[in-house]
Amino acid sequence: MDLQGLTALVEEKLKQRFSDSLLATEVHHDMPVYYVRRETIADILQYMYHDGELRFQFLTTLCGLHFPDQKGNELGVMYQLHSLTNNYRIRLKTFAPIEDPKIPTVTTVFSSANWQERETFDFYGVIFTGHPDLRRILNMDEMNYHPLRKEYPLEDGSRDDKNDTMFGR
Amino acid sequence: MSTISVPGIDMRAENAPIGAEGPGWFTTKLDDAVGWGRKNSIWPLPFATSCCGIEFMATMGSHYDLARFGSERLSFSPRQADLLMVMGTIAKKMGPILRQIYEQMAEPKWVLCMGACASTGGIFDTYSVLQGIDRIIPVDVYIPGCPPRPEQVLEGIMKIQELVQNESPRRRDSPEYKAMLNKFGIE
Repeated sequence: MDLQGLTALVEEKLKQRFSDSLLATEVHHDMPVYYVRRETIADILQYMYHDGELRFQFLTTLCGLHFPDQKGNELGVMYQLHSLTNNYRIRLKTFAPIEDPKIPTVTTVFSSANWQERETFDFYGVIFTGHPDLRRILNMDEMNYHPLRKEYPLEDGSRDDKNDTMFGR
Repeated sequence: MSTISVPGIDMRAENAPIGAEGPGWFTTKLDDAVGWGRKNSIWPLPFATSCCGIEFMATMGSHYDLARFGSERLSFSPRQADLLMVMGTIAKKMGPILRQIYEQMAEPKWVLCMGACASTGGIFDTYSVLQGIDRIIPVDVYIPGCPPRPEQVLEGIMKIQELVQNESPRRRDSPEYKAMLNKFGIE
């Protein structure tokens, strides 16, 4: 199936089952992208897993997003799905306000999402409701912030040997 | 330093301490003899976390051959190691582990810090990387480079050997040494 056909097929199926949830559809490079409401993300993945025609049974990856200028939808999660039987690839995005960064876990559908959601929690502070073990996974347990949020500088703050007057940084 | 030759036996000890010798005997200071023995039997503990570790493997290989310096026996237990070789990026999360390994080593112990990352954080000027291991443990010798060549590692080992040979046997009991460890919060 070509890209247009695939985009339309998934869009139609989502509209049929989750008409209120599908916010927008776009084609980004060669990948259909669907923006959905966060409350239904696990249900949508569950549906697309079991749907006989789609069979999106492989979660390629999952990661956090932070757009500080997108007021009310600052934090997000991106899911990339692969239908191994049809060789379809699609992407889903869902957003939440930074004050209430709660998104339902998809570990109920894909066990492999467990560590990836922990990583997203670790770096972006997204709280996956229903996750069996939402702890930090890569950073130190003592860390008290989520370092990949845009308000935090990348550089280590404890250095005192950077003299701006010498090198005009 | 001199060379001891043992008459009747085809055996020579290179860079032996200065002393008086005759047929079948040799006298020197105990400090010098101990230092000489320690210097040529250093057991390194390789704490290799990235590409510097690969250069160290080359250093251990037959071409560069660290065994020539009496260090062919790597100790993978800190309790039997004399020299902690920290080679590579140390993430902040690994800091406490490195420190624990240092604390588990028995005195006398030395630390060699190889490469830009271990010395200063190197190119990893970021929130997750320790900006130099000398923030958590004392370091005796730094090897610059990214990564350093095996020749530089050998030079670093030879600098350590110099320290080992010339260290006074009572240094580790001195109040200065204890004060230095206390600065790192090590008892």
